[in-house]
Amino acid sequence: MIDVKNLSKSFGDHLVLNDISQHIHPGEKVVVIGPSGSGKSTFLRCLNLLETPTSGTITFQGTVITDPKVKIDQVRQQMGMVFQHFNLFPNMTIRKNITLAPVRTGLMRQEEADAQADALLQRVGLTDKAGAYPSQLSGGQKQRVAIVRALAMKPQLMLFDEPTSALDPEMVGEVLDVMKELARDGMTMVVVTHEMGFAREVGSRVLFMADGKVLEEAPPTELFGNPQHPRLKDFLSKVL
Amino acid sequence: MKATLPERFYTAFLEGDRWKLYLQGVASTLELTVIALILGILLGLVVAVIRTAHDQQRLGQHNPILALLNFLCKVYTTVIRGTPMMVQLLIWGFVIFKTSRNHTMVGALGLGINSGAYVAEIVRGGLMSVDIGQTEAGRSLGLNYLDTMRFIVIPQAFKNILPSLANEFITLFKDTSLVQAIGGMELVYYAQTIGGRTFDLMPPYIGIALMYLLLVILFTWLQGKLERRLRESDRR
Repeated sequence: MIDVKNLSKSFGDHLVLNDISQHIHPGEKVVVIGPSGSGKSTFLRCLNLLETPTSGTITFQGTVITDPKVKIDQVRQQMGMVFQHFNLFPNMTIRKNITLAPVRTGLMRQEEADAQADALLQRVGLTDKAGAYPSQLSGGQKQRVAIVRALAMKPQLMLFDEPTSALDPEMVGEVLDVMKELARDGMTMVVVTHEMGFAREVGSRVLFMADGKVLEEAPPTELFGNPQHPRLKDFLSKVL
Repeated sequence: MKATLPERFYTAFLEGDRWKLYLQGVASTLELTVIALILGILLGLVVAVIRTAHDQQRLGQHNPILALLNFLCKVYTTVIRGTPMMVQLLIWGFVIFKTSRNHTMVGALGLGINSGAYVAEIVRGGLMSVDIGQTEAGRSLGLNYLDTMRFIVIPQAFKNILPSLANEFITLFKDTSLVQAIGGMELVYYAQTIGGRTFDLMPPYIGIALMYLLLVILFTWLQGKLERRLRESDRR
């Protein structure tokens, strides 16, 4: 589904991603873990070109999206993204947050989008918040709306950039539950997270990144049960 | 035999219904302000969006049309902000449009073009004040640059820049008095005409100073009201 070849990214002199090659298959749930500054968020943000790679190619469903001629908006319409800080639009109601993109990109008419928004909100238990503004919601509710907003575009792939890191501890569960349900429905997901429990339970493959490289990758039972790389052992001893 | 102060003011404002002329002047000054303001905001918005779009281009991508537009915008703001308003008006009135019959509108054009350069900088600051995460969220949903600006960034920027924009409006309102120098018919023009006819300049000039002051106080009050209303929507 998405093929990354020799991806490198540097900010000035600082090499953040160092020659990464990865392939993500349809239906896979790839969880990226690693110490802060390891480049895992940058890797994720390169996948939908929020960061422009310094070198390397990314191919999404047969299209080389790193080609400057590619219509990036159309590619992004098929990739949902959920941010650490939610990034809901504070000047719009929740319903408008969800329907803006599908309507403006011509995916559906306003009435269809409204109906879809209501259905999606019901799925995450927020039916009564459709007319509210983001400032009236708790962190967990905001993040659930943010997930729904991305889903409203009917994406093929969902990218999660530390979706629970900015949440109060008691709200982490409600967001992870939504993500687990999404995983069960077969969505292809790439998740950068510090939630090892989630990685273990949902991940089909876990990538351990440090210093801009993928140092180890394996299914979660293997990676957590029998870590090989000393950096990974060190990391796991600190977080588990 | 010298006229007393009340007599002088009576002559300047009431005799021969002269107050109607002042009203006409106020109306014309406000009209001038509004036309210049609309022109200034349109110009400022376009320039600000071009300059922000240019600065936020994807790395390694270089759009030659955008680069040219950006260059023109930079020339525009540099020239306008680097020369006195008065000199600009003189050039508009006596060089570029020297044969025009309607120098009030030439003045509005000059004021608007001047104001646009300042509004552009205000708007640019406002656009940059909106968290980059908002743009990223919009773009990650597949919205194009202009839609992201129009629905997400500009509405939020507007609230942040309202005080500076109101300030610009007040400056513009007072600067309309300069249009008199190129033969525009606004409040100062009428005051001067009346002063010339009655051979007494003090009452009309003090009078119009008070009119400007009162209107600015009114605008400031309205601005405060609007800001409070916008803040309320934050707490909804």
